[in-house]
Amino acid sequence: MGSAQSVPPEMRALAERTGFTSEQIEQLHRRFKQLSHNRKTIRKEDFDTIPDLEFNPIRARIVHAFFDKRNLRKAPAGLAEEINFEDFLTIMSYFRPIEMDMDEERLESFRKEKLKFLFHMYDADYDGIITLQEYKNVLDELMSGNPHLEKESLRAIAEGAMLEAASACMARTGPDEVYEGITFEDFLKVWKGIDIETKMHVRFLTMEAIAHCY
Amino acid sequence: HLPSMQLAMLSYLLSLLTLACPSAAAYLDEPSLGSSLLPHYEHDAVGSSQNKRLQVFTVDYNNVQIPYEVTLWILLASLAKIGFHLYHRLPRLMPESCILIAIGALVGAIIFGTDHKSPPVMNTSIYFLYLLPPIVLEEGYFMPTRPFFENLGSILWWSVLGSLLNSFGIGLSLYGICQIEVFGLTDLNLLQNLLFGSMISAVDPVAALAVFEEASVNEQLHMMIFGESLLNDGITVVLYNIFIAFTQMHKYEEIESIDILAGFARFFVVGLGGMLFGIVFGFVSALMTRFTHNVSAIEPLLVFMFSYLSYLCAEILYISGILAMTACAVTMKKYVEENVSQNSYTTIKYFMKMLSSVSETLIFVFMGVSTVGKNHEWNWAFICFTLLFCLIWRTLSVFALFYISNKFRTYPFTFKDQLIISYSGLRGASSFSLAFLLPVKLFPRKKLFITATLVVIYFTVFIQGITIGPLVRYLDVKKTNKKESINEEIHMRLMDHLKAGIEDICGHWSHYQLRDKFKKFDNKYLKKILIREHQPKSSIVSLYKKMEIKLAIEMAENAMKISESSTASLQNRCDNKLSPAEVESMRDVLAHNLYQVRQRAPSYNRHNLPSNTSEKQAQEILIRRQHSLRQSCRKGNSLPWGRPVNATSMRYLSLPQGHSGQPTRRKARHVTFTGNGNILCCILP
Repeated sequence: MGSAQSVPPEMRALAERTGFTSEQIEQLHRRFKQLSHNRKTIRKEDFDTIPDLEFNPIRARIVHAFFDKRNLRKAPAGLAEEINFEDFLTIMSYFRPIEMDMDEERLESFRKEKLKFLFHMYDADYDGIITLQEYKNVLDELMSGNPHLEKESLRAIAEGAMLEAASACMARTGPDEVYEGITFEDFLKVWKGIDIETKMHVRFLTMEAIAHCY
Repeated sequence: HLPSMQLAMLSYLLSLLTLACPSAAAYLDEPSLGSSLLPHYEHDAVGSSQNKRLQVFTVDYNNVQIPYEVTLWILLASLAKIGFHLYHRLPRLMPESCILIAIGALVGAIIFGTDHKSPPVMNTSIYFLYLLPPIVLEEGYFMPTRPFFENLGSILWWSVLGSLLNSFGIGLSLYGICQIEVFGLTDLNLLQNLLFGSMISAVDPVAALAVFEEASVNEQLHMMIFGESLLNDGITVVLYNIFIAFTQMHKYEEIESIDILAGFARFFVVGLGGMLFGIVFGFVSALMTRFTHNVSAIEPLLVFMFSYLSYLCAEILYISGILAMTACAVTMKKYVEENVSQNSYTTIKYFMKMLSSVSETLIFVFMGVSTVGKNHEWNWAFICFTLLFCLIWRTLSVFALFYISNKFRTYPFTFKDQLIISYSGLRGASSFSLAFLLPVKLFPRKKLFITATLVVIYFTVFIQGITIGPLVRYLDVKKTNKKESINEEIHMRLMDHLKAGIEDICGHWSHYQLRDKFKKFDNKYLKKILIREHQPKSSIVSLYKKMEIKLAIEMAENAMKISESSTASLQNRCDNKLSPAEVESMRDVLAHNLYQVRQRAPSYNRHNLPSNTSEKQAQEILIRRQHSLRQSCRKGNSLPWGRPVNATSMRYLSLPQGHSGQPTRRKARHVTFTGNGNILCCILP
């Protein structure tokens, strides 16, 4: 476990940008090297080597999210071919647990970022709106474990969900307008009651507790 | 519901009468109560000189006294439980243990009043051999393994150290009090006090869990209390035995440090050895169930006997039978569930609940019986200080230990959580049993201990038990998220999967890797050996298997509901709201069909099985449909329930096609349905 002086400057910059501690970055770097087979970048195929991920119904979507340029903050649309360690960290930073000492404003922006990540998972065509078809695609994937479930009922459920979202934002659209789809603001509204912070986090090894002997 | 309440009251009174009358009659009739188990005719021969006539109508109570009274107690407690749940507001007010104790006290009062000798329900061997194992087995079997192992560190830290801290703390403080001459307690030496401390620190959180269940507190809290209860029993009994051994071996001045070290070592040997035993037995029994394909009737028997055997074997070597049994149940559960038939599985679940319920009832009733009796010695100082120290030490240990363990947790327990945990230290049956079974030779003031234990139990169960509900509500402890809409349900599921996916990608978290390695080992070797017809099963497939049967029925049911709700397309105006019933039905379909990632901790309640209402509904629909089919079917139609189990094709009502508001059209569709389904259903158009 290195002490503060031996951290290279790039790492410190990374740490500041993404909010991870240097130990966490080291840990993730090790994992990155494992996944990329010691290369500099990861491609989509590298994610196939993870055994447990196979059973995940939204596997493709998750992998997709890693390469989504919106999440990588590089462009408003498109997919990257490969990602390097910095990009990897950027994606992981969406899943950092909240710290107790964050103030309201930071908490709010953190929350928004996580929700944006989630939003991007639904919105596959980069237009900023979740249409019925996109929603239905997500539902298809979620229910993919049950081939016997009729397509019709899935469609019905998707419609029902859209109706619900639509009725929640009835004030915006007039009676004759067609409801396009769920925008990010509507999405935020749906998530208002749920505290995403406790749900959308992954426990990265926190080494601070085991205090260093400085 | 009021008439049913009256009915229940009436039945109690009847039962009480049936208890009182024969005992009174027996008392009048017979000088030697409760001891004569001689069959009636033999006794008659002795007195035959008086009665030369053949008796047409005789009463012989002594023959059946013991089983009769025990059965009556159990029945009475069951009636009490029924009455308790009939009156809706009661379960919110107080935990079920209150009722059981009250009934026990009532029975005790009757027995005391009629000066009847109660049957010997409780002595050391009966308690440890017959009453305790079912309770332990049930706890171990229904334990939600994944949350338990995820929080294992915190749970172990808290239960082991908490019990030790509490026992020693209470014991030493009481010893300090005993030194004060005024209270007249100086004859209680250190060992006795320590033993008492270990006994009284055994927590029985069933009441607390019931309250949490109802107020749906967050999962972490739930798991901590649950885990504590699981390990607590074992630890307390181990400590108890160690201390009794000490008391028997030496006068306390002679105890050297080597003995104390031996005590520690023994603690570890007992604990770890117990678990090892349990795991071995668990594997053996899982292996056995692999071959019971043709004799499914003995499957429950195997499960119970092997668990019990693990307990007994461990007890032979003075290793903790409780831990052995728990480990056995946890190990074997996963494989046994795959192997046994559906009916056996249900039998095992219900039988376990029943046995543990009976045990607990008997213990509580006996506790009530002992309350009203001559078994007491009252000493204000001892009892008040015991109560005080119990509360103080529990609070102290909670705050101290959690302060430390919070440093290692991502989401530390808040002050409110800790307050709730410290307040939920209800004592119960285990403390009382241990007190009752103290050997009188070593503990001349046993009655004092019993009284003190009873007072603590009554106080905690009644007063704390009743106030903990309002306290939880008042403190507004962080609750689990209640999903109210379809959108939320979908989003939450997506999030679950996302989180699981990211965790897998990260592959970090050392105990996660441990779990991964174990899973791989499990899949490669264990499952092949222990599970019948092993195909490498992905969790989707195994989940799918479980849902096959439910799905069949529910689809048919939901077909109707969904067709009505989805007729509005999005081209219409936005003010088409879905009625709550439709939302409910959609959510149901979602909830049952969305692949459930890492299972959430099921709600735990010792007195009820986790409610599975949808299963019941599904079965009911099935039965109804079968009935209606029987009526409408003519001869010559192929009825699948005559066929063997592997019938593969079924007909379904399809879900309606159009959403344009046309009346739904039904058409039959073939769906291949491979299942070892024990329920066959045929829904003809």
